[in-house]
Amino acid sequence: MFRYLVRRLIWAFVLFIAVTIVTYVIFYAIPADPARLACGQRATAECIKRASHYLGTDRPLYVQYGKFFGRLMPVAGIVEGNPHLKTPSLGRSFTNRLSVNYVVLNAAPVTASLVFGGAIFWMMIALPVGILSALRPRSLLDRIAMVFVLVGISAHPVWIGLLFAYFFGFKAGIFPITGYCDFVNPSGDCGGPVQWAYHLILPWTTFAILFAALYVRMIRANVMETLGEDYVRTARAKGAPEWLVLRSHVLRNALLPVVTMLGMDIGIALGGAIFTESVYGLPGLGKTAIQAIENFDLPVTQGVVVFATLCIITFNLLVDLLYAWIDPRIRLT
Amino acid sequence: MALLEVNDLKTYFRTDDGVVRAVDGVSFTVDKGQTLGIVGESGSGKSVTCLTIMGLNPKRTAMSSGTALWKGEDLLTASPKRLREIRGNEIAMIFQDPMTSLNPVQKIGEQLGEAMRLHEDVSKRGARKRSVELLQAVGIPRAERRIDDYPHQFSGGMRQRVMIAMALINNPDLLVADEPTTALDVTTQAQILSLIEKLQEEFGSAVIMITHDLGVVAEIADEVVVMYAAEVAEKGAVEQIFKKPHHPYTWGLMGSLPRLDADVERLVQIQGQPPSMLRPPTGCRFHPRCPYVMPICKEVDPELAPVSTDPGHLQSCHLDEETKNREAAKLLAGMMAEAS
Repeated sequence: MFRYLVRRLIWAFVLFIAVTIVTYVIFYAIPADPARLACGQRATAECIKRASHYLGTDRPLYVQYGKFFGRLMPVAGIVEGNPHLKTPSLGRSFTNRLSVNYVVLNAAPVTASLVFGGAIFWMMIALPVGILSALRPRSLLDRIAMVFVLVGISAHPVWIGLLFAYFFGFKAGIFPITGYCDFVNPSGDCGGPVQWAYHLILPWTTFAILFAALYVRMIRANVMETLGEDYVRTARAKGAPEWLVLRSHVLRNALLPVVTMLGMDIGIALGGAIFTESVYGLPGLGKTAIQAIENFDLPVTQGVVVFATLCIITFNLLVDLLYAWIDPRIRLT
Repeated sequence: MALLEVNDLKTYFRTDDGVVRAVDGVSFTVDKGQTLGIVGESGSGKSVTCLTIMGLNPKRTAMSSGTALWKGEDLLTASPKRLREIRGNEIAMIFQDPMTSLNPVQKIGEQLGEAMRLHEDVSKRGARKRSVELLQAVGIPRAERRIDDYPHQFSGGMRQRVMIAMALINNPDLLVADEPTTALDVTTQAQILSLIEKLQEEFGSAVIMITHDLGVVAEIADEVVVMYAAEVAEKGAVEQIFKKPHHPYTWGLMGSLPRLDADVERLVQIQGQPPSMLRPPTGCRFHPRCPYVMPICKEVDPELAPVSTDPGHLQSCHLDEETKNREAAKLLAGMMAEAS
């Protein structure tokens, strides 16, 4: 178990370095100079030179990456012979000199609200619909569910988001079209749990539809497959009533893979639900990343990438540990 | 009164290609403490016959008719609730593949305990105690420890022992064993068979042994039903079937029995494939594969009729008895000659 964890963490570290290097290289390949952008439209050669020195973009790529990496490590002063702990830093934004730590930590709760709320939404739809369609294949409910799945998978979240915003927000005026309210310690003009949830209902629904569709299909398939298993027949042969067969023999087994998928999907989505955040103007990680890319703001982009990578790595590890706990056949070695 | 009396049982399945006649008019009886062997090739309807009696066919696609009287009560028309009371309690079943027949995420103790507590008002501790006893009875070493293991921690033979323990936990009157040894290796097969025989004596249960292996039947059955293409080809006491088989299909089965005590050049096999039950052959269903086929066989489906010398021995073949006696004697003489 301990060796397994160590091995996983080493791999996570390698993955982390690979992802951040790739981001640096991609930025280097883009034919745009952040220093020129910083100097504005009538940039003088001297201004550009000063700006690029100030931003550090006049140094070779590996030096830039090395500095980035050094700032990110929780220990400093090893070379000087004076090792001490420090807060890992993601650097400062090219465009507005804000600390990237601050930018990411401000955006993360918005995305987390959207993703976790959305996950609850989609599981609340997918579990009952998936199970019921599996129990009654080819029934009316099953056919309606399959149409929903097809629409949900095919329709783009931006399109769904715009439709929702137009009909429920603009025409009917039931829900706010845009904006975000903090759950606690409101910084803007609205706040508190009620306003928070009220502003998130449309984003949650929009975000949940694609996943609900995917999960309905997956849960339906898993439950149908498990219903045909020999041990389900054994349970019936023991005289177990259908609800008990379903609860302790079918669902326990059919939902195991769903747990894995859920953990991985949440991990990925925490890196930014770009489409939903853009449509509803939510200041989450996805929107932050898009803005940063538009401004060629490498430190902020890199900050979001680092955060997303950490989320994915953490959730995958959690899923594997959870899986070993709920499935007795799996031993981590 | 017989324990179980099955009369003209038919089970048809609706499929996309049409109606499959999986069981087409099967009758037999099982008396208290008796062992009935049902023999036949894969797809002959042996398993479906028993699943129908247990009410375990998929309700959406299966249609059944006839009667299956359990102590006088028809199981085919019994309510689902009544069937659940009988299943696992009065009639228990063990299945072909012990590797997949146990729930992989439950400890075997939970699965045994569940089987008991579904039918009896016992405490968890009481159920556990009884489970340990049963595991010991089926020969699982260190049962009081192993009860907390999961199925994947057992070998195939051990899992089948667990299945048997689970089936016997409520002292059933009838144990239906659906090819219980097919998925096991040969030495384990013998152990499981003798275990079933031993426990049958101990618990006094009747047994229906479904198998494609005549050797198994010869070893443990009192009565034998030979099924071919969803129908009964031949039925009788085990000595009758083995000493005077009256159906060419039974001869074929016997000829294909591997023997350890004789040098056989090659195994005789029954020519051709079992028919599709979507469109079974007209007349006698065995006629396309029968070496003794006559014109009448293609037209008229033979009745299941008693052998003139022995009213307890039923067979469905158009051949005259003289030919049958001669051919059966030839077959047995041949087998004896090889043996000696």
